[in-house]
Amino acid sequence: MSRHNKKNEPSRRGFIRNSLIGGFAALVGRSASAKTDAIAPLSVPSWSKELGSGTVNEPYGKPSVFEKHVVRRFLPWMFPTRQAAASFTPLQDFHGIITPNGLFFERHHAGVPKIDPAEHKLVIHGMVDKPLMFTVDDLKRFPCVNRVHFIECAGNGVLEQRSAQLNLLQFTHGLISSAEWTGVPLKLLLNEAGVRKGAKWLLAEGADAAGLARSFPLDKALDDALVVYAQNGEMLRAEQGYPMRLLLPGWEGIANVKWLRRIEVGERPWEMREETATYTDLLPSGKARQYTFIQEAKSVITTPCPEYPVLNKGQQVIRGLAWSGEGKVKRVDVSFDGGRNWQQARLTGPQLDKSLTRFEIDWFWNGQEALLQSRVVDETGYVQPSLKELRALRGVNSMYHNNSIQTWLLHPSGEVENVQIG
Amino acid sequence: MFRLAKPLSLSVLLLLSACDVQEQQLRIYDFGTPVSEQIYANWDIDIGPDGAGLPAGSGSAQSGEEAYISRCAYCHGEFGEGLGRFPELVGTPEDLIGESPTKNVGSYWPYATTLWDYINRAMPFGNAQSLSADEVYGITAYILSLNNIIAEDKVLDAKTLPQVIMPNREGFIQASGSDIQAKICMKNCVKEVVITSRASESQASSSAKEKEKEIGNYHR
Repeated sequence: MSRHNKKNEPSRRGFIRNSLIGGFAALVGRSASAKTDAIAPLSVPSWSKELGSGTVNEPYGKPSVFEKHVVRRFLPWMFPTRQAAASFTPLQDFHGIITPNGLFFERHHAGVPKIDPAEHKLVIHGMVDKPLMFTVDDLKRFPCVNRVHFIECAGNGVLEQRSAQLNLLQFTHGLISSAEWTGVPLKLLLNEAGVRKGAKWLLAEGADAAGLARSFPLDKALDDALVVYAQNGEMLRAEQGYPMRLLLPGWEGIANVKWLRRIEVGERPWEMREETATYTDLLPSGKARQYTFIQEAKSVITTPCPEYPVLNKGQQVIRGLAWSGEGKVKRVDVSFDGGRNWQQARLTGPQLDKSLTRFEIDWFWNGQEALLQSRVVDETGYVQPSLKELRALRGVNSMYHNNSIQTWLLHPSGEVENVQIG
Repeated sequence: MFRLAKPLSLSVLLLLSACDVQEQQLRIYDFGTPVSEQIYANWDIDIGPDGAGLPAGSGSAQSGEEAYISRCAYCHGEFGEGLGRFPELVGTPEDLIGESPTKNVGSYWPYATTLWDYINRAMPFGNAQSLSADEVYGITAYILSLNNIIAEDKVLDAKTLPQVIMPNREGFIQASGSDIQAKICMKNCVKEVVITSRASESQASSSAKEKEKEIGNYHR
């Protein structure tokens, strides 16, 4: 059995010594050393003899106590306060394409409001025939849609634009999550109010203490925009906009206004702070691109990753996530030599519109240093760019929309490091 | 049991179709409540770049200084320099060029109306919508004056504020579609692969070390 052959084991000691992430190293170290131990006869554990807990032990169930490391995390030095901050979803422990509600990444500009749904209203007004007010219960009466879509912060990857910074997948790519959303097509609500001729833009505003407001074109509202009240079968989490939020599928997270209280119909954008001073993409010329709504196609290898190194030489299944804000994922290619040569990966699971998509590829690792990359192509033909290509156009200070190809350096020790290549 | 089967499957079908309105013709359901302007007036606070929505009232840098010092300076600094990780407010468009550009009111914001709108809706941080219209005009004027965009005694009101021309007014390009077109290549795509940076050698990874120690605690 080669997997118990110590010669094939990468040096765990070297990895643990060098790792920045003592905790993960310790965890992986344990499982690796367990593999090399002689196998003891299987005993009958206590849980096979004693009664377990009864029903409704937890009226609202929680993950196994052995999964406590699977949590959102944040970087305290990145933001002024916890109320104007982001937290990252643990992509390294994420399976499938639906983010558990408690692990959905967060981005708040003035904290999470505690909104009593009985007091909350959505007002639609401006260039409409009949200004209308809706309660949550009103929305639930309308015909609904159920759709799986990701939401990605425009700033996902912001720290990695200039050079490789954080040696954790959670922090390099964790500002994206996905859910099955339930809600009402915005076009239905606008139809109730009667949009007047000449209207071109809408303003969406939240009920939080940031009064977060963003303009978006009417075309998107009439296309696939939703006002959603539920995620993954339950009412929205407070962090995701309870009791209602705007969903603009495939568009930057900030535009998916949470705690939605007001939609105004007008002729032109409002030039709000979060669409001028921030969430605009500064170019080397000093000019900035504005209203860059679309989260263009992006992918990342999630197995292995810095948190979960490769344990053995030999056969591997390399796994990752791909997505596009413009449609379905069409294909994903993987490189093991820093982009010299590529092989097509297989897509596993559903390939939905503007949704996370899983890919896998089998690979035999010879134990040598390798540079792992993935590259997605979406159904519009858009190809995920390299960092070099992105930098050539946008420089290193555009902050938002870094959808470049990620490179993981696989060391002979099995550890995985976030690197960038020229 | 068999008699139940048909009505059950029918009701399931009805439920499914109710949740797929993609191709359905739009119908008026009339589930909302018609409201007049007075009902939502307290929420209708947005200010357009043309000044639409600005209320009565006025202020200058002189009249706004006291409010700025007592309500804003503890995060943004007395001179708008920004304390801690709170945003700085003062600069010029030259700040946008070079290795480490800084985006602030003077260097980046294209419209003075946005400043009024944002102060009014979201500031002071933690005590939003607590300023009077005069105070918002005064604080807006104070910040614009710190940036040498208006004079200290310039009075801002619903008429004069939209007339203020911000230094970076022409600094934005409207994005229309993708700016990048990468190609698919499968064999011998790059000649030389050079590692240009490593997270293990980064500044952020050393400042993240403390945090990562905490992450480790989850496993112990």
